[in-house]
Amino acid sequence: MSSIDSGGGDGGHKKGPGVKKAKKLSTRVDMTPMVDLGFLLITFFIFTATMSTPKAMNLLMPKDVNDPKNQNEAKESGALTIMLGKGNQVYYYFGQLKVDASGNNFQQTTFKGIRQIIIDKRKEVMGRHVHDLSDADSRCKDMQELAKKKGDPDWQNACLDRDFVVIIKPDPDSNYKNMVDILDEMTINQVKTYAIVKILDQEYELIKTTEERNGIK
Amino acid sequence: MPSVKLPRKSTDTDMTPFVDIAFLILSFFIMATKFKPQEPVETKIPNSVSSEELPENDAIMVLVDSTNRVFFSVLSEKDRSVSDKIVTKATELRQIKLTPEEIQNFRKTPAVGVPFSRLSALLDMDPAEQNAGAGQPGIPVLDSTDNQLATWIRASKEVYAELGRPLKYLVKGDGASKYPTIDAVISAFKKNDQLKFNLVTSLEKAPTGSALDQLNNRMPAAKE
Repeated sequence: MSSIDSGGGDGGHKKGPGVKKAKKLSTRVDMTPMVDLGFLLITFFIFTATMSTPKAMNLLMPKDVNDPKNQNEAKESGALTIMLGKGNQVYYYFGQLKVDASGNNFQQTTFKGIRQIIIDKRKEVMGRHVHDLSDADSRCKDMQELAKKKGDPDWQNACLDRDFVVIIKPDPDSNYKNMVDILDEMTINQVKTYAIVKILDQEYELIKTTEERNGIK
Repeated sequence: MPSVKLPRKSTDTDMTPFVDIAFLILSFFIMATKFKPQEPVETKIPNSVSSEELPENDAIMVLVDSTNRVFFSVLSEKDRSVSDKIVTKATELRQIKLTPEEIQNFRKTPAVGVPFSRLSALLDMDPAEQNAGAGQPGIPVLDSTDNQLATWIRASKEVYAELGRPLKYLVKGDGASKYPTIDAVISAFKKNDQLKFNLVTSLEKAPTGSALDQLNNRMPAAKE
């Protein structure tokens, strides 16, 4: 009787009356602990998973040019200067800064408000654009070519906002988030020409007095 | 009248499909999880609409934390020897001597946030004791005549030029860091004629109806 009793029906008759039949064990395993462990691991991995991977934003700075002949000049009619102050405040003016007794063209808004100002100014500049097919307008062609290359079906209108230039001047009290936000605003509104420029003392003074008047700390 | 006998059903349910699904989800999460790399300093990055992927190799990262401290780190998991070359080059430019152990230790250092005068002392420490940058004052950048970050960038740029591989430049700043520090970081890049670099941001959707949104709708394939 060295063979293993398989418990099958065919071997049953060999056993004597005193030999007890081995108890048939159920093949079913209790899976509850395994499931418990499984879900524990799921919860762990859900919590540790990094769902939002950080992205990269391109920033291209112009080279500092000391030669005044090579400097880019912005048309006054199409220029919008945006200054960033403390407390997430935004200040702006169109064209040149005018400060005289009758008042000035220096205005204040917030990050929510600046979008509409950019959109309006862009529309205004685009409306004023005169289509010039002469060779002198090579920049216009470049812009169209670029849009065409990118696959924009609306490439013919790509240079309408050619004269629209945004000058960004973060002041020393503004923070990095403000800068990224305003650069993002340029992408959102498809502003093609913009530059980050050092703020002028006069403008900084003006911001400071405005901040004092409005009680922004 | 014979009464109808309902068969007694067992109360335990078959859990097999349930377990199958559970383990399927589990294996998905195990595969999909990428552990957050250890951050040398805590930064809360701002949002932007940019959706470009962040490079993980062959990049250097400049970190600016909320207290305006600047840190420098090398991202090259694949080729760790780059780190040695960069630190050797940087110390050569500054005429500092480091021991081979210190150079070796630079690989394990998550980020450098000390002036060059204290670099040797930092690299003498065990990376675990460097305390994730807590005691580091940051690389001095605000002095325009001695922008030490520029040296680090120059060293990295030269090392990669010798290797003949492109190098990506990343700036990861905390939203609350002040503009003058960011400006100093940008000018450190400019000093090395490095005018293109990337800002690390987290993704945000373009507002509906904006010019970018319209452009994306016009050409959905060519999203930036």
